[in-house]
Amino acid sequence: MRMRLVPDQTNWDFMRWRHYTFGASVVAVIASLIIWLSVGLNFGIDFLGGTTIRTESTQSVDVGAYRDALTPLGLGDVSITEVFDPTFGPDENVAQIRIQAQDGAESVTPETITAVEAALQVLDPSITFPSIESVGPKVSGELITTALLAVSASLIAILFYIWLRFEWQFSVGAIAALIHDVILTIGIFSLLQIRFELATIAALLTIIGYSINDTVVIFDRLRENLIKFKKTPLIDVMNISVNETLSRTLMTSGTTLIALIALLVLGGDVIRGFVFAILWGVIVGTYSSVYVAKNIVLMLGVDRDPKKPSDAGTQFADIDA
Amino acid sequence: MLQIPLWKQLTILLVCVLGLALALPNAFYSRAERHNDAVTALERGALSTPELEADLAAWPDFLPSSVVNLGLDLRGGAHLLAEVQLGDVYASRIDGYWPEVRDALRDAGYQVRRQDGRDDQLVVLVRPQLDDGALAAVRALAQPIVSLSGVGQNDIEVTGEGDILTVTLSEAERAATDQRTMDQSLEIIRRRVDEAGTREPTIQRQGSDRILIQVPGIGSAQELKELIGTTAKLTFHAVDGQTFDGTQRVDSDQLLYPSMDEDGLFYILERTPVVTGDDLVDSQPAFDQNGRPAVTFRFNPAGARLFGIYTSENIGALFAIVLDGEVVTAPRIQSAITGGSGQITGNFNIEEANQLSILLRAGALPAEMVFLEERTVGPELGQDSIDAGKIASLVAMAAVVVFMILSYGLFGTFATIALGINVALLFGVLSLIGGTLTLPGIAGIVLTIGMAVDANVLVFERIREELRTAKGPARAISLGYERALSAIVDANITTFIVAVILFTLGSGPVRGFAVTLGIGILTSVFTAIFVTRLLIVFWFERRRPKKIEV
Repeated sequence: MRMRLVPDQTNWDFMRWRHYTFGASVVAVIASLIIWLSVGLNFGIDFLGGTTIRTESTQSVDVGAYRDALTPLGLGDVSITEVFDPTFGPDENVAQIRIQAQDGAESVTPETITAVEAALQVLDPSITFPSIESVGPKVSGELITTALLAVSASLIAILFYIWLRFEWQFSVGAIAALIHDVILTIGIFSLLQIRFELATIAALLTIIGYSINDTVVIFDRLRENLIKFKKTPLIDVMNISVNETLSRTLMTSGTTLIALIALLVLGGDVIRGFVFAILWGVIVGTYSSVYVAKNIVLMLGVDRDPKKPSDAGTQFADIDA
Repeated sequence: MLQIPLWKQLTILLVCVLGLALALPNAFYSRAERHNDAVTALERGALSTPELEADLAAWPDFLPSSVVNLGLDLRGGAHLLAEVQLGDVYASRIDGYWPEVRDALRDAGYQVRRQDGRDDQLVVLVRPQLDDGALAAVRALAQPIVSLSGVGQNDIEVTGEGDILTVTLSEAERAATDQRTMDQSLEIIRRRVDEAGTREPTIQRQGSDRILIQVPGIGSAQELKELIGTTAKLTFHAVDGQTFDGTQRVDSDQLLYPSMDEDGLFYILERTPVVTGDDLVDSQPAFDQNGRPAVTFRFNPAGARLFGIYTSENIGALFAIVLDGEVVTAPRIQSAITGGSGQITGNFNIEEANQLSILLRAGALPAEMVFLEERTVGPELGQDSIDAGKIASLVAMAAVVVFMILSYGLFGTFATIALGINVALLFGVLSLIGGTLTLPGIAGIVLTIGMAVDANVLVFERIREELRTAKGPARAISLGYERALSAIVDANITTFIVAVILFTLGSGPVRGFAVTLGIGILTSVFTAIFVTRLLIVFWFERRRPKKIEV
């Protein structure tokens, strides 16, 4: 017997909740923006400049003692956090120390790092430094620009591609869904104060990629059904399309989520923030494909002129494997 | 309609076999790597030893042996982003013009004095007055530039205002100088890193004035900086005097440099060096007659001649060897040194002597470097990440397989086989193009595992739908593939666009992620459309089932 996530034939009225879900999405986006602007993102050194030092010791981490050891160095803002991970052994006590970019220094100062290492070694002779990363303020500024550029370039490229393959209403809907996903991800990163680094931008772009994948599959079915059911109202065609693709949507999200959860739990702490962002994005992206992208298409309406020859859904169909 | 032409079947199988063969060395990573190292060593002319032979035999010759490069975050090592101070070179270029400009103006009957100015400008006060004659005399010194971009342009621009004559490096000259400086810096860094004998370093130019250096296996970024960050400018000067006053004013044609050995001792030197490190051809660590570490050096014929003439004319005088603005040693010239070789003894230990000889051999950096970014990853952390990534990938794979087989039965098994081939192809392509696997790259693979089944799911769901309208199994399968294709293609092209943008704009680990994501999309579409279909067709033709369940 086959496992079925949903019955073979469903006829759920997804679009009935469209007002609530759309309202909820708007509220979530506004809330995310407010949290983002008021609390702010916890930027890592990639964007802020500064130094992070990862320490590992057989003795347990005493954040207060570390702080006391580093205070005399006068390094300004120093944040020390203990890192926990189920993959660590009993002798692995890991902490992350972040030091702000030192005033007036265009580049990184090796003296600072040496001083920090020496101070901690006095406190705990067994301490080692598995990774040290420094980014100067000049580079971090450029990284921000590049990151913004990457996200905008992806959005614009997708906008054009969808426009080319579908119609402009679809492309507006798809982009709205993507912006929704990106803002909600930034919102949860602000809310939970998860470190926002260069890899997080990669995660954001992956979310964009995944979410658009999902949206396109539903759009593709919608395009096909619009030709099949010429007289049916748009909203009903949408419901049919969502129902028809539901099983696939849940299967794909399911397999992706399973893979990501495995990575989240077992992949180690270094990429946890990265994996979390993608995991969150898959959930939000699946939701937004149905409720944001299609809602917008519904609001904008689709040109269903029967006289116009439609090439929808047939462009690749004659490729024979 | 379910038929696939034989040549297509063979091509698909061939690609799969090729992919598996290319991926194979990665499954025996350390053995394949030992083999590759041995091959490289032998190519470089190393003598064959039993150990090398054993390493060579660790992996058979007839199989592909290239493996995926591991990024710094997985292998451990150091990463530096350096900015070359191009302005330094402008200053020395413009300084080089001063004697010529001075002589040209004096010969034309003017009095001149050099004023302070910007680094890339020579500002000259001209008396009794600055007229067209003076400008013409200086302009006559300009040389046409020989470069691809600057054809027909001169190297300097001369302007006059009041009594002040300004010589500026032209745009084209600055561009040409920048290019030269960057090329030289890259070359020298490469030589220094190679001399130190580390494996597979990455040394790349980034943008107009930056150099990215990644060296796997090196202890720390600090170590790497010491190796490449030193300018190592070696010069030999005549000594005019010694002093303990570090603030003493010296003439404009003299220098005041501190001694490396003795605190507080300063030397007054002639500004123009007798010989420079540019004339060195070799340098080796050695010991002097008292058993102290020393560095030997040998000049090229031109340097040897200059050195010989100078020493024979100045027997008994002091003579300073200067490295990066410090006097290493200032021996008295005992006799004329005409052989063109000598020895530097200073206050350094064996390791420093070794380091210094490496730097001298590799040559001096034309300009200073400022480090904008530096990262060190310890090897254990990298290994931990690999282990964690491996476990996560296997668990993810197992879970997805169970999920697929439970949902689609036999077709799920086909998809599983295709997934296995997909991962193998991904590694095969990565090895083939010499791609780098980073920690986010591993995440990319896991994500690909999750998403790779998407195309299969699309097809299977479509086949289910087509079956419901009772068209017979063969027709349903065929239609399922046909109708799912546009969704598969559109969905994957958009994701691929994102991967390309990530690759173009990203760097380091992010770029590694983009590579695995992009290749993953290609291989997963290939396996879903062709491999799974081939498996289904093989099965269908053998069994000819009247009814299928997907």
